[in-house]
Amino acid sequence: MAIEDDVLVVGGGLAGATAALAAVERDVRVRLVSHKQSTLRHASGLIDVLGYTPAGEGPLSDPFPALADLPEGHPYERVGAEAVRDALAFFDGIAGDAYAGAHTDANALVPTHGGTVKPTARYPAATAAGLASDDRDALLVGFGTLPDFEAPLAAAHLEGAGVPFAARGVTVRFPGIERDDAKVTRYAHLLDRDERVETAAGESTARTALAETVRPHLEGESRVGFPAVLGDDRADAVRADLADRLGVDVFEVPMGPPSLPGLRLEDLLFDALSDAGVRVTTGVPVVDYETGAHGAGSSGPARIDRVTVDRNGSEVPHSADQYVLATGGLVGKGVESDRERVSEPVFDCHVPHPADRYDWFVDDVFGDQPYARFGLPVDRDLRPLDADDALEFANLRAAGAVLGGHDFAAEKSGSGVSLATGYVAGRRAAEGCR
Amino acid sequence: MSDAERPTDDSGDEFEPIEVFPEAGETDLRPGADDCYKCSTCDTECPVAEVDDEFPGPKFQGPEQWRLKRQDDHDIDESVMKCSNCMRCDSACPSDVPLSQMHNTARAEYVEENVSKFSREYWRNRMLANYRRLAPLGAMFPRTANFVTGLSATRWLGEKLLGIAGERELPEFATETFREWWTKRGGARVENSDKRIAYFHGCYSNYNTPEVAKALVRVYEHFGYEIMVPEQDCSGTPMFANGMLEDARRAAETNVRELAAAIDDGADVVASCSSCSMSLRQEYPELFDFEDTEAVAENTWDAVEYLRVHEDLETELEGTAVGEEFDDFAYHAPCHARNQGLDGQTVELLGLIDGVEAHDVGDSCSGISGTYGWKAENYETSMAIGAEMFDHMDDADATAGLTECPTCSMQMEHGTGYEITHTLEVLAAALVGDGADATGANATGARAE
Ligand SMILES: Cc1cc2nc3c(=O)[nH]c(=O)nc-3n(C[C@H](O)[C@H](O)[C@H](O)COP(=O)(O)OP(=O)(O)OC[C@H]3O[C@@H](n4cnc5c(N)ncnc54)[C@H](O)[C@@H]3O)c2cc1C
Ligand code: SF4
Ligand code: SF4
Repeated sequence: MAIEDDVLVVGGGLAGATAALAAVERDVRVRLVSHKQSTLRHASGLIDVLGYTPAGEGPLSDPFPALADLPEGHPYERVGAEAVRDALAFFDGIAGDAYAGAHTDANALVPTHGGTVKPTARYPAATAAGLASDDRDALLVGFGTLPDFEAPLAAAHLEGAGVPFAARGVTVRFPGIERDDAKVTRYAHLLDRDERVETAAGESTARTALAETVRPHLEGESRVGFPAVLGDDRADAVRADLADRLGVDVFEVPMGPPSLPGLRLEDLLFDALSDAGVRVTTGVPVVDYETGAHGAGSSGPARIDRVTVDRNGSEVPHSADQYVLATGGLVGKGVESDRERVSEPVFDCHVPHPADRYDWFVDDVFGDQPYARFGLPVDRDLRPLDADDALEFANLRAAGAVLGGHDFAAEKSGSGVSLATGYVAGRRAAEGCR
Repeated sequence: MSDAERPTDDSGDEFEPIEVFPEAGETDLRPGADDCYKCSTCDTECPVAEVDDEFPGPKFQGPEQWRLKRQDDHDIDESVMKCSNCMRCDSACPSDVPLSQMHNTARAEYVEENVSKFSREYWRNRMLANYRRLAPLGAMFPRTANFVTGLSATRWLGEKLLGIAGERELPEFATETFREWWTKRGGARVENSDKRIAYFHGCYSNYNTPEVAKALVRVYEHFGYEIMVPEQDCSGTPMFANGMLEDARRAAETNVRELAAAIDDGADVVASCSSCSMSLRQEYPELFDFEDTEAVAENTWDAVEYLRVHEDLETELEGTAVGEEFDDFAYHAPCHARNQGLDGQTVELLGLIDGVEAHDVGDSCSGISGTYGWKAENYETSMAIGAEMFDHMDDADATAGLTECPTCSMQMEHGTGYEITHTLEVLAAALVGDGADATGANATGARAE
C-alpha cells in the first residue's frame, strides 16, 4: 500500500505551499511533503515581483509593463502576466490583513536594514508605516546586541538615497537581553509574552521597558522603526502596544537572515494549509520515484507512479495522480551541483548548463552569473523539458526557485516567481487529475 | 522473573573504557561541520534559545564548538547541558549538518571530563537517565511506590537532595506491567509467518502505561499480525540527553542484538513511543556501529505509520465510531514524531472516525524533552517553552489531550490538567472496540489467511 493522494507537492517553501493551496481549492486530495525548513527563514518576507529588468534597469516603479519584455523561458514569460496578477490576488486572499500593497500595481519602496530602498509588490503590515514614499520623519532604533542593524548608519544611508523625510538613528540596549548573540526568536518571545525584565528603574514588563527606553530619544518624529524582531505569534499586539505607549506609529525594518517576517509568513502559509485540509508531512525528503504506464500510447512521456519518502531509514511509498516539484534552487537543494554537473536530485530532470565548469560563472563577482539562472526549463504548463525539449514526465510540474531562466537576486523577483508558478502549477495539477 | 526485569547492568562483563568521540565519529563529523554556512536557521528552531538568552543555540553547540574544539585543547562549553535533545535543529538545517549527533557526542565528552562522578548532578542525571533500572523496583511494589512518590515530603526531598523539580509529580506505576500481562495471556494469539512484528514497547508503556501497549496488541492482532515481544532495554533516549553515552551504548547493544534476531525471523520492528523509534532509526546509526545497527534502523517503524503503509488503515477506519469515553482531542505532535515526518498522521486518521477529531495545537515544543524538564534547574525553562502549547490547548475545542510521547503527555497534563491519551488507544477503540477481552484474534483469523 502506498499513501495515496490526488496531488503530491514536493517542497514546502513559498512555491510548494502556494501550489498546494491552489490545488486544494479544486476539491482534490492534496499532500505536501517537505524536508527541511524553507528559505522563507532567510527571506525578508517581502513579496518582490520584479524590481529590476534582466538587463539591470530599475528600480522599476511598476513591474507589470516590464513583464511583457522578459526573454523566452523566463518563468513569468512561461505563465504570462495575467497569471502573475491572479497569483498575487490569490496571495492577498490568503494573507488578509497581514500584508499590504494590493491597492496599486506600483512597487512600494521599503527601507532595508542596510539603509537602501527596495522595490517590492507586497509587504508585511508590520512594515507599512515605514515606506520610503511616506514623508513623515522617522527615528530608527537599533539594539547594541543586534549588530546587523546599525540604526545611525542606516538612517544616514536613507537620507543619502534621497528619501523625502528626515531620518535619525539611535542605538539602545534591549531590556532583558544580556547576551550579545541572543537569537532573534529570543527578542520576539520576550515581547510576545511581555515577560518581566530587569531595568535600571526596577522590574518591568518587556514592552513597557522597551517603550520607556526609546521615549527619551524621540524628537518629534511621528514614526519609529525597529529591526524586525517585534514579536512572532503576537507581533500585531506587540506593535500596537509599543505604538500606544510611544504615541507614534511603529514599523519594522526587514532584516537579513534569519528573518522573523519570513518565519511569520511561513506560519501563515502553514496555518492556511491546515485550514484548507492539505495533508502536510515535514522533516522527511522525497528520495526516489517509480514510473508506471506511459501516457498517451507507448511513445508518450512516462507517468510518475509513486515517489519514495525516506523516513529516517524506512522507505515509505506515496502515490498521487499529479506531482509538483517545488524543492527550491541551489539554496533549498532543489538544484545541486558537483564538480561534474548540475542536476535536479529527485526526478533527475534536465538542468541545462555549460559542459565546462569554468563557464558556470564569470570572474566579475557582480557580473551576470550564469549559475544564478541554473534550473529546470519548462513548457507553458510548467512541465519540465528534457534536452530535446520533450516532456520529462506526463504528470510532473515544477514551480519556484527550482525553475531556470531567472536570477531572483539580481531581478528582485524571488517570491513573485514562487507565487506565480506555484499558483499555476497547483491549479493545473488539480485540473489534470483523472 | 520476566525478561524485562532481568538486570542487565552486569550482563556486559568485559569492561569497556569510555571512548568519547570514537574514530567513526571523528571522520563523520568533520565534513558535517564544514557544511555549515552559518545561515542560523537552526537557531530559529531552538526552543531553548527562544526562552533563555544564555543558551548559545544549536549553531554554536554544533558546528562552531566542533571547529573550536578541533583547534586546540578547547573544553566543551557547559551550556551543552542546557540543550534538551529535542532534535528540532536537525530538521531545520538546509545543509544537513548532523547537529544532534554533534550535541550528543559533545555532551558525552563534557560529562566525562567536566562533571564529577561524585556530584549530586551526576547521580541525579544518572538516575533519571536510567529510569529503566529503577522502574522494576517501583513495579514490584507499585502501590507503595505510588504512595511514596506522591508524598509531598518525598517531593521535597527529591528537590533538595537530587535536584528533581518539586513541582512535578512522578509518574505512577501500573499494578501490572505490560510484560507481566503478556506472559499471563500466553503471548501472541495470532500466528502468521507472513505478517510479523517485533514490538519495542520501551520502558514507559511497560511500567507506567501498559494500556498503550495493550492497545497496540489489539490493533495489530486485528490486522492479523503475529506479535513478538523480544527482550529489550531502554531505547537510550534519556541517556543521550544526559551525556551518558556508555550507558546508552550498553542498552543499544542489547536492543540491536535482540531486534536484529527478530528481523531475521521475518519481523519488522514497531514502536509506540516516538522517541524510541527516533532513537532506533536515527541516533543508533549516528552514534554506534554494532553489527546490524543499520538493519534495525531500516526496519523500524512507528506503530501507526506501519499500518498506514502495510494495511488500508484509512478505509478500515472510515465510518468507525468510538464510544462515549473519547471525545475531541487537543493533539500535540512530539518533536521526535515531527522529525520523522509523522506530524500530520494522527489528525488525518482520527478525522475518519465518527465522534472524535484531533485538533493540532501547533508546532511548538512541549518543553519537557524527556528528563530535561524534571531537573529543578530546567523546570522554569521547560514551562516557558511549554507555555505556547498550553495556550493552544486551552484554545482548542477539546478538554482532553492526545500525543504519542510519554513525557510530552506528562507535560501536557501538568500544564493544563487535561487527561492525555495515546493515538493507539483511540484506534483500538475504533477498530476493535474497548472490551478488555477483545483481542481481535477471531476477527483476524479471517484476514490472516
Ligand atoms: C537569503 C535570501 C533572501 C531572500 N530575500 C528575498 C526578498 O527579499 N524578496 C523576495 O521576493 N525573495 C527573496 N528571496 C527569495 C525567495 O525567498 C525564494 O525565491 C523563494 O522563497 C523560493 O521558494 P521555493 O518555494 O521555490 O523554495 P524554497 O524556499 O527553497 O523551498 C524548498 C523546500 O523544498 C524542500 N525540499 C528540497 N528537496 C526536497 C526533497 N527531496 N523532498 C522534500 N522536500 C524537499 C526544502 O527542504 C525546502 O523546504 C530570498 C532568498 C534568500 C535565500
Ligand atoms: S536539540 Fe533542541 S534544544 Fe538542543 S540545540 Fe537543537 S533545537 Fe536546541
Ligand atoms: S542551519 Fe545548518 S548551515 Fe545553517 S547555521 Fe545551522 S548548522 Fe549551519
